[in-house]
Parts: sequence; structure tokens; C-alpha cells
Amino acid sequence: MSAPPSPDDGLSPAELAAKHGLSVSGARPSLADYVRQLWGRRHFILAFSQAKLTAQYSQAKLGQLWQVATPLLNAFVYYLIFGLILGTKRGIPQDVFVPFLVTGVFVFTFTQSSVMAGVRAISGNLGLVRALHFPRASLPVSFSLQQLQQLLFSMIVLIAVAVAFGSYPRLSWLLVLPALALQFVFNTGLALIMARLGSKTPDLAQLMPFIMRTWMYASGVMFSIPLMLKDRPGWITDVLQYNPAAVYMDLVRFAMIDGYGSENLPAHVWLVAVAWAVLLGIAGFVYFWKAEERYGRG
Amino acid sequence: MADDIKQDRVPTVIADDVHIVYRVNGGGGGRGSATAALSRILRRDKGESRGVRKVHAVRGVSFTAYRGEAIGLIGTNGSGKSTLLRAIAGLLPAESGKVYTDGQPSLLGVNAALMNDLTGERNVILGGLAMGMTREQIRDRYQSIVDFSGINEKGDFITLPMRTYSSGMAARLRFSIAAAKDHDVLMIDEALATGDRKFQIRSEERIRELRKQAGTVFLVSHSNKSIRDTCDRVLWLEKGELLMDGPTDEVIKAYEKETGK
Repeated sequence: MSAPPSPDDGLSPAELAAKHGLSVSGARPSLADYVRQLWGRRHFILAFSQAKLTAQYSQAKLGQLWQVATPLLNAFVYYLIFGLILGTKRGIPQDVFVPFLVTGVFVFTFTQSSVMAGVRAISGNLGLVRALHFPRASLPVSFSLQQLQQLLFSMIVLIAVAVAFGSYPRLSWLLVLPALALQFVFNTGLALIMARLGSKTPDLAQLMPFIMRTWMYASGVMFSIPLMLKDRPGWITDVLQYNPAAVYMDLVRFAMIDGYGSENLPAHVWLVAVAWAVLLGIAGFVYFWKAEERYGRG
Repeated sequence: MADDIKQDRVPTVIADDVHIVYRVNGGGGGRGSATAALSRILRRDKGESRGVRKVHAVRGVSFTAYRGEAIGLIGTNGSGKSTLLRAIAGLLPAESGKVYTDGQPSLLGVNAALMNDLTGERNVILGGLAMGMTREQIRDRYQSIVDFSGINEKGDFITLPMRTYSSGMAARLRFSIAAAKDHDVLMIDEALATGDRKFQIRSEERIRELRKQAGTVFLVSHSNKSIRDTCDRVLWLEKGELLMDGPTDEVIKAYEKETGK
């Protein structure tokens, strides 16, 4: 272009940009700014998670009834196999075992599906990432929020099962709330980590089901860890019992089930639950933020 | 008109030697069998693995855009126009080089945020939130979005899931949502060709309005007519390189000569 001489002539692009206060497009914001941006998008995060949840069953004839029916059927299958056929209850009375198992399945599924959704949060939504501006952490956070809402539907089933097996509402049920809140923070941190890994290596989506299944069997979803491993060296029991999935499961069981007293919980369990949540929540968020400007590269 | 722009030329977008490289997994190596994939992993060289093919979509583009300009991007299919737009918007990271912008450039389009299984109503809200509008802004503009799309002209369609819409209706709703927000730097990628004749006229009007509010507009189009109508400067990209940058008439003439029209 034949522009007339102007004071801007002879400046390098970087100098010209600095002179007029232009900023680098797509640069990563500072951590504090990032948190602020994410908070600014809270309505989007919530709306997106609710939309995903509704869209899930909108083609089915029974519609949103599946939100409750799916966990119910899930619990029934596990009860059939592990309760009736394999008999993994070993020393847990029947009226404790059924709610014990159902709680385990639901609480573990919460972590499991958050991780699975996290892996695909960026790699499965590249269209969105390449079309619109928003802090990318909105996606994994939104997916774990969707799983939290899914869990609330499962809790309806859990309450029914608990009452059916003789655990009636009492004050300790309120302990479910802090336990699940901590688990939600933990799950979100894990989902953020998986989202960054999965954006680089989409193959993880193929691998994760196996890892998650191993984790499930090692966390005592369908058996009591201390009872099952009482002839083995004590450190194995400790490792399995202090793993985050087992910790959150035990806390919810302790809160909900009458016959599942504190003698079944490892020492300092609340402290461990808080530690896992804080550790994964912060580490996951920072780890995800570090690659913010690179998401969406094909 | 060009003269009063030049008096205080405030740059809004500066592209400095931008390169963009796509990496495609599993696109290379000829055979796509499992053994071929395995041998690719085993023979992995340091740095780049053989299974990943690189596509160099934009090669060293530099330009400066100023406030008040409407810039057209032309070039044959696959010449890197849309990729360059995404890089300006900061949505696609550049391999090397930098893009400096004033404010947040945005791409006209919300398609990816909408969900076919949800009602049009919920999609308007979801799309608005995805573009960064507040809930109050969406509430204020909701009726005008619906009216503009004309979805409810043939009955109460806005409360039905979007998958029940005809392709034209869905495209109209998408455009209406996307065009509801004001932008500093606006980028339009072939958005003008949706809907029936009546809707096209309405959307061209809306684009002109958006142009007035936005500082700078980029328009990708294969229609030389719509470029002539809206743009005063044109960038011609070919194979990822900037072939020509100048006033609309000059560049379009050269382009038409080259493409043999």
C-alpha cells in the first residue's frame, strides 16, 4: 500500500505493537487472571454441563428417567454378580453389604466418569476450542460438574437402597455433603490433568478404561479392604485404604450406613480426604493452565 | 474515504511472519494397518515421529490492519484463509511468528457450542454464554435473536429440539445467535451464504451494522461480488503465502486473471 510517511514507518512489527498497546493474540494469561476469567464464565460452565446432561437422554423414550434408571441397573448388576454369585461380602452382614456395594459403585463411578470425560474434554471438543474464546479449563470443569449432577440423581437411588436395608435418615447423613464436595474438587483436578494429557495423546481414551478398572478393583468397591487383606502385610492394606477413591467411598459409607462404623475407616481419614482434594485440585489446575495457549493445535 | 483513514492510522491487528503447522496423527506412512502403526512407534526417530504428518498451512504472512478497514481474504480452496483467521483470533497457536491485536478478535460463529438435541431456546442461551455474553445481555436480546432468525414465522419452533429444524432454519438460527454480539475485531468466514433470499438480505444488512461497530472486519469469501461490496482492502493467499496485499479492485483483477475467469 502506498501510505504517506508516518511516524510509524521503520518500526518493527513488535515495536509498532508496543507503541499502540497491542497484545499478543492467544497468549496465556497470568494464573490470577486465568482464575478471574474462569469465574467470569461460571454461567457458561454450568449451562454447558446441564445441556450435556439433558442432551444425553433426549432421544430415549423414557427420557430423563434414565438419569435414575441407569445407576439403579448398574447397582443391580454388581449386586447380582458380587453379592449373590461370587459372594465377596465375607463377614459383612447382608443389610450392610447391599448399601455398601451400591455406595461404592456410585462414588467410584463419579471419579471414573470424570476422568473419562476429562480425557476427551479438549480432544473431543476441538471444534469448540477452535471457534470461540473462553478459558479452556471451562471444559474439563464443566464435564466434572456434569458428573456431579449425575451423581445427585444416583444419590436418590442410594437413599432408597439405604432406607430399604434399614439405615434411616439421621444427622450423620449430612457428612455426605463435605465428602462429595471434596471428591468433586479431587475429580476436577484429575480431569484437568487428563484433559491436558488427552489433548496431546488422544490414545489415552483407549487406554483409560483398563487403568480405571484396575483402580476400581483395587479400591474395594465390592469388598472390604481390611477384611479381605487381613492375612497380607499391613502396608498393602494401608496403600489401598489411603488411595483417594477408597477414602471418598469410605466417608460416604460411614455417613450413610448404620452398621458401618468408624472402626472400618483408616486413621485421620478426613485429613487425607482434604489433602487429596487440595493436592489434585491445585496441581491439576496449574498443570492445565501451563499449556493454555497450546490447546487447539491440530 | 481512504484518505481520512490514513490520517490517524491506528493498527488493530499486526501479523509478524506467522507460520502455522498442523500435525495430523496417522495420516502418514502409507498403510494404515496395525503392524504399520507398531513399526512406526518402534522406529520412532528423535523429535518427530514418522506417524505424524505435518501440514504447513500458513507460511510467513505479515501485514498490518488498521482501524476502520474491512479486509477481504481471497485464494483458492486450501490456501490457508480460514487457518489465518483462526490464528489472528488466537484460537490456533502459531508455530512461529506472532499476531498482535487490539482487544479480543472474534470469529463469527457459534456452531460448535450448540447442541442438536436441545431446544432452540436453550441453544440461544448456551450460544450466547459461550460467546461470552452475560445472562442479562442474553435476556435483553433474546427476543430480537429469535425474531431475526425468523424461526417462529411458521409456528412455535423455538421450543423444539434443533434436530427437528430444516438445515436452512438451523443455519439461520446459528447466524442470528452469532451476530447478536458486538465485536472489536470481527472475522467472518463464509457466513453470508446461508438461508433463503429474504434471510440473506437481512443478514447482509446485519453484517454492515456489525462492520460499523467493529474496529476492523475480516471477510473470507469465494464470492468476489461480496468482497467488492464490503471490503476496501484485500489479501490474496495462495499455498499459505501472501501473494498480494492492496486495494480491492487491483487485487481482485489480478486474482481473476490468474484463476482464468
